[in-house]
Amino acid sequence: MTPLLLAEQILNGLQFGVMLFLMAAGLTLIFGVMGLINLAHGSLYMVGAFAAAAAAGATGSFALGLAAALAAAAMAGALVEILVIRRLYARDHLDQVLATFALILIFSEGTRWLFGSFPLFLDVPGALSGPVTLPGGIQYPLYRLALIGIGLLVAAGLGLLIARTRIGIQIRAGENDREMIAALGVDISRLYTLIFALGAALAGLAGALVGAIQSVQVGMGEPVLILAFVVIVIGGIGSIKGAFIGALLVGLTDTLGGIFLPELFKLFMEPATATSAGASLASMLIYILMGAVLIFRPTGLFGSRA
Amino acid sequence: MKMKSLMLTAAVAALATPALAEVKVGMITTLSGGGAGLGIDVRDGFMLAIKQSGRDDIEVVIEDDQRKPDVAVQLADKMIQSEKVDVLTGIIWSNLAMAVVPSVTAQGKFYLSPNAGPSALAGKGCHENYFNVAWQNDNLHEAAGSYANTAGYKNSFILAPNYPAGKDALTGYKRFFEGNLAGEVYTQLGQTDYAAEIAQIRASGADSVFFFLPGGMGISFLKQYADSGVDIPVVGPAFSFDQGILQAVGDAALGVVNTSQWSKDLDNEANTAFVASFEAEYGRLPSLYASQGFDTANLLISAVEAADVSDADAFRAALEAADFASTRGAFKFGPNHHPIQTIYAREVIKEGDVYTNKIIGVALEDHADAYAADCKM
Repeated sequence: MTPLLLAEQILNGLQFGVMLFLMAAGLTLIFGVMGLINLAHGSLYMVGAFAAAAAAGATGSFALGLAAALAAAAMAGALVEILVIRRLYARDHLDQVLATFALILIFSEGTRWLFGSFPLFLDVPGALSGPVTLPGGIQYPLYRLALIGIGLLVAAGLGLLIARTRIGIQIRAGENDREMIAALGVDISRLYTLIFALGAALAGLAGALVGAIQSVQVGMGEPVLILAFVVIVIGGIGSIKGAFIGALLVGLTDTLGGIFLPELFKLFMEPATATSAGASLASMLIYILMGAVLIFRPTGLFGSRA
Repeated sequence: MKMKSLMLTAAVAALATPALAEVKVGMITTLSGGGAGLGIDVRDGFMLAIKQSGRDDIEVVIEDDQRKPDVAVQLADKMIQSEKVDVLTGIIWSNLAMAVVPSVTAQGKFYLSPNAGPSALAGKGCHENYFNVAWQNDNLHEAAGSYANTAGYKNSFILAPNYPAGKDALTGYKRFFEGNLAGEVYTQLGQTDYAAEIAQIRASGADSVFFFLPGGMGISFLKQYADSGVDIPVVGPAFSFDQGILQAVGDAALGVVNTSQWSKDLDNEANTAFVASFEAEYGRLPSLYASQGFDTANLLISAVEAADVSDADAFRAALEAADFASTRGAFKFGPNHHPIQTIYAREVIKEGDVYTNKIIGVALEDHADAYAADCKM
């Protein structure tokens, strides 16, 4: 394992982490402020990717694709909130899980009905394609560097929004005491729609950005959704800072674990068994991390103490 | 007493003789969710052949297994018990086939596999009523290994998902590849980001990369590989380069060599007619899955013409004869009811705006699978 390879893998882990953050940020806000478990968050990620692929395919511009992804996901989010989610705030979590699971099925089959069963094409924009040479001689894809940059920018923007603006104050107040801020005259249902659309837009952005280097297909959101839940449980529900740290932890653990565990096992096992066993253990690693965090901090790293 | 048993026999015989000489086929395949493209192609190919035969005595019942083994098992039970089908077919995924096929054949029904070919059903677990019209799972990977020898590769980096078919894939490649391994990696099933593996490939000093990553996994891998600037040549089985997937991969797949028992440009009469009629009927080019569905239906039709399905022995013999015009050209079954067939090396090219495959040579001639010897029927 050369230092060069290690540095490249750390970059990969970071890139994975910031994209997870985009998903987890919306999820944690929605859960923190509205107390709602939204399983359909992965569908909004898929909506973003499909909107981007369709718009980029029609216009040839990746930037327009991103704009379409943001708009489509935010609109889908607002619509879902108004039509379905609004009726669920007073119900228990099981009802919410059931209803949002139904939304997953509706979104998946709806998308298949609109776009067909075959994956769509969405490519990295020409200006960002190909590798660049970083200091130290690492060859690294420019697009992934751009993803890290965009992710960090969005994280900083969200941090400012929560800490410094009036909306941010309302969101934080909403997390602490819903009834009280409603009593103080804040239009709580508008605030909820806004937060939901914001979370949806972030998920859509992640879907579009990641869709360019992965496969844009029905069901692409659900694996990411599971990881995003792990992130918010590690970070502490409702905390943007927690989501950020949690996402980076999960991204780095998953990437580096997948590399180092098989290498580690090779020291005392046959190579074939070592790769197989190492890969199996590596895929459990983030859940082990989650378990460990929960043992020492039952409400997550930055969760409010009960 | 004697009279009574005689009457009983007569009643049973009357029940067993169907009113119409009709064959009922149950198709269980994946029509919704992420893997739906494959099932839809198999179904469309199959139904095209039924339509072209003009026969109205073959009835096909189609159900969606949602890629879930438990759903597939329920559907199979329903089809056998209430629909009273004679023949089952359609399953795409090996884990679903393992859940369904043994119980179907044990109940005396025929199963014709248009895709999945797990090693367990080719060797010790083979059955006289189970026919695989596609391939045994290892076949295309073995062909990739053989092609890598021909291409002069000496040092391969190989990767596949960490599940039974992935392990079969790497075993198949290693069975025929004579060079060294620069690295052997199992990825997670459903993994979408391959940055870490690509970094390992770059650092490994390999002269070739073999991968088996079906469906969306392959799309992700190829796009990221092309963007990473690593230019080590790639070989793989046809599953990551079929007609449905290529359009989503785009330029990243151009020039990649993959192995397949079928290709759009295979030069034989049955195939030319199949490609033209499939495109006319559905408005898209057929994939290898569609060709497998088409061949499966034509095998069934040839057997229905030769024998009555209620006479299981005669029907089985008619299936074994495989007397139909395959899109692959010559087609015959080995002793374990799996195909003995030629596997080709294809290269991804662009025809106008459409990405497709072109045959560049033969990878393995008249290839049988490695498990036939274990099969005792």
